[in-house]
Amino acid sequence: MHPLRIEPLGDQALRVVFGTSISVETNQHIRSLSWMLKEQKIEGVLEWVPTYTTLTVYYDPLIISFSSLEEKMQYLAVGTGDVPPAKIYRLPVYYGGDMGPDLQKVSEQNGLEWEKVIQIHSAKSYLIYMLGFTPGFPYLGGMDERLATPRLAVPRRQVAAGSVGIAGAQTGVYSINSPGGWNIIGRTPVKLFDPGQSVPVLLEAGNYIRFTPVTLEQYKEITEQLEEGTYEVSYEEGTSDGASSRP
Amino acid sequence: MKQQELCYVRKPGLFTTIQDSGRYGFQRQGISPAGAMDPYALALANMLVGNEASSAVLEITITGPTLLFKQDTVAAVTGADVEPILNGNRIAMWKSFAIEKGDELRFKGARSGMRAYLGVQGGFAGEGRMSSHETYVRANIGGVNGRELQRGDTIFCYGGKQAAVPPGTALHEDLIPGYPNKQVLRVLAGPEEDAFTEEALTTFYQSLFTVTNEADRMGLRLKGARLAHARPADILSDAATFGTVQVAAEGQPIILMADRQTTGGYTRIANVISVDLSKAAQVRPGQQVSFRKVTLRDAHELMRKERKLMRSLATRLADQQT
Repeated sequence: MHPLRIEPLGDQALRVVFGTSISVETNQHIRSLSWMLKEQKIEGVLEWVPTYTTLTVYYDPLIISFSSLEEKMQYLAVGTGDVPPAKIYRLPVYYGGDMGPDLQKVSEQNGLEWEKVIQIHSAKSYLIYMLGFTPGFPYLGGMDERLATPRLAVPRRQVAAGSVGIAGAQTGVYSINSPGGWNIIGRTPVKLFDPGQSVPVLLEAGNYIRFTPVTLEQYKEITEQLEEGTYEVSYEEGTSDGASSRP
Repeated sequence: MKQQELCYVRKPGLFTTIQDSGRYGFQRQGISPAGAMDPYALALANMLVGNEASSAVLEITITGPTLLFKQDTVAAVTGADVEPILNGNRIAMWKSFAIEKGDELRFKGARSGMRAYLGVQGGFAGEGRMSSHETYVRANIGGVNGRELQRGDTIFCYGGKQAAVPPGTALHEDLIPGYPNKQVLRVLAGPEEDAFTEEALTTFYQSLFTVTNEADRMGLRLKGARLAHARPADILSDAATFGTVQVAAEGQPIILMADRQTTGGYTRIANVISVDLSKAAQVRPGQQVSFRKVTLRDAHELMRKERKLMRSLATRLADQQT
C-alpha cells in the first residue's frame, strides 16, 4: 500500500486517511488497523474512532510523539493481521403499525406493496461502517436502492429508541430517543445503547446487522424477555455475501 | 472507597452537573467523553483540596446552587467568579476553605466567566457508570441520575482517609486566569481547511466572532463575517473532537465542546489547541473570540509546560498536607 495520508485532528488526535469514498474494501482496512491497535496496546494511545474513510487515533502527545505514532500507523496499516471474522447480528423488527408510521409512505414513494418493502429490507445484511451521531447509532451501508426515500420535510421532535428508518439511500436504527427526520418503518425491541450494561453498546463497526421481521406478539414476548434478562441477540459469523453459522 | 452523604441541594442553580476529566474509550461507540468544560479550573479545584486533578467536582453554570452540608469537608471554588457565600459570609475563589456540618454554601452568580468548579476533599461521587462519574446529559449517563442537579437531591462524596490541603491554601495570582470580553483562541489547521476560499481563511484568522446564545456544553455557535466554501460544506461523517471548529453551509463557525458528538458531517476549518479549551469554556454569549494559528509543535510544547506546572504545583501542595 502507498504511504497513507496521516494528519492531526487537534493536538491529541491523528487521522489515518484510507480513501475518499464509502467502500467495503476501505472499511476492511480500517477494521484491520483497529484490530491491530487493540492487539498492540501502544503506550500513549487512548482510543480510536473508525469512520467511513478514516481511523482517528486519540493519543497523549507527552507520552508518544505525533511523528513516532505516525510512523507506527504507516507500518501497521501495511499488515493485515489476524482479524477475527465479522459478526452478523439478527435484530428482530416489528414493521409498520404505530411503530412504523412511514412504512406506507416508503411503499407509495417506491411503488411497492408494503409486504415487498419488508421483504427487501430484511433480505440483506448491512455493514456497520461506523457508530456516531448518538451513543450506539450505527451508520449502515448496502440498502437496496428500490427503498430509497427522501427524509421527512419536518423532522419529528421525538423518535423512539429502536426505531428503524430510511433516509435517502441509507437505513439505520435510532439508538436512543432523539429528534430525527428519517422515515420510520418499524422498531426493534433490542436496546442498542444501555448504560446499565457492562457492555453499553451492542454493535461494533465492521460487523453487520440483519433485520428479522417479527409479529406484534413476538415483539412483546422479546420485550418481556429483555426485561427479565433472558433474551440474547443472536449472531452468525460471516459477511453480507455469505454467512457461516456459528456452532 | 466508601461513599458518604455530603450535601443536600436546596436550590439547583441554572445548570449544575457532576463532572470529572471525562470518560474515554467509548468514542468509537458514539459516546462522547463529556467531562469538565474547563479542564484547567477542574484540575485546580481538585488540587486545592488535595485530590487527583481528574476527580469529580460540581460544574456550576453562571448561577450556582444552594447546598446544605451534612458533614465536614475542605472545599475550593475555581473558574468563573461566582462569589461563593458560606453561611452569609463571602469567601475567596481559588482558595481552599473549611466547611462544617450544617453549613450552607450558595453563590451570588458569575460576574465574569461562565463556569465555576466546586471541589471537595475526596471528590464527588456520581453514578459510577462506565469508569467515570461525570454526567453526559444527552445520554443520561453518570452524575446524579444522568442529569443536572435538582432541588432535593442528595450528593455523595468519597470519604475515608484523605490527606487534606489545609484550609486557606491559595494560589499565586499568576495562576489565576482572567476572563476578558475578547479571547484569542489558538488553533491548528483543520482537515478541511482547503474546502474554504482564500478570502474565507483570511476572514477566519483576522476578524472577531461573537458568541451567540446557542452556547452550551455541546458547542458554541459563533456569528461573524460569512466564511465562504470553495468546496461543499458537507463531508462524509468523520471524527470530531474537543475544540473542533466546524463550518456548515451557512458559513458560521461552531466550536465543539465537552458534550460534542463523536463524529460530524461538516467541514472542519480548525481545532482549538488543548491549553486554550479552558478559555473557550468561559466565554459568554455576546463576548468575542478570534483565532490565531499555531503549529502542532507549539501546541505540544504548551501542553508540556502546563503539565509541568501542574506537577510542580501538586508537589508544593502535597508538602502542605496535614
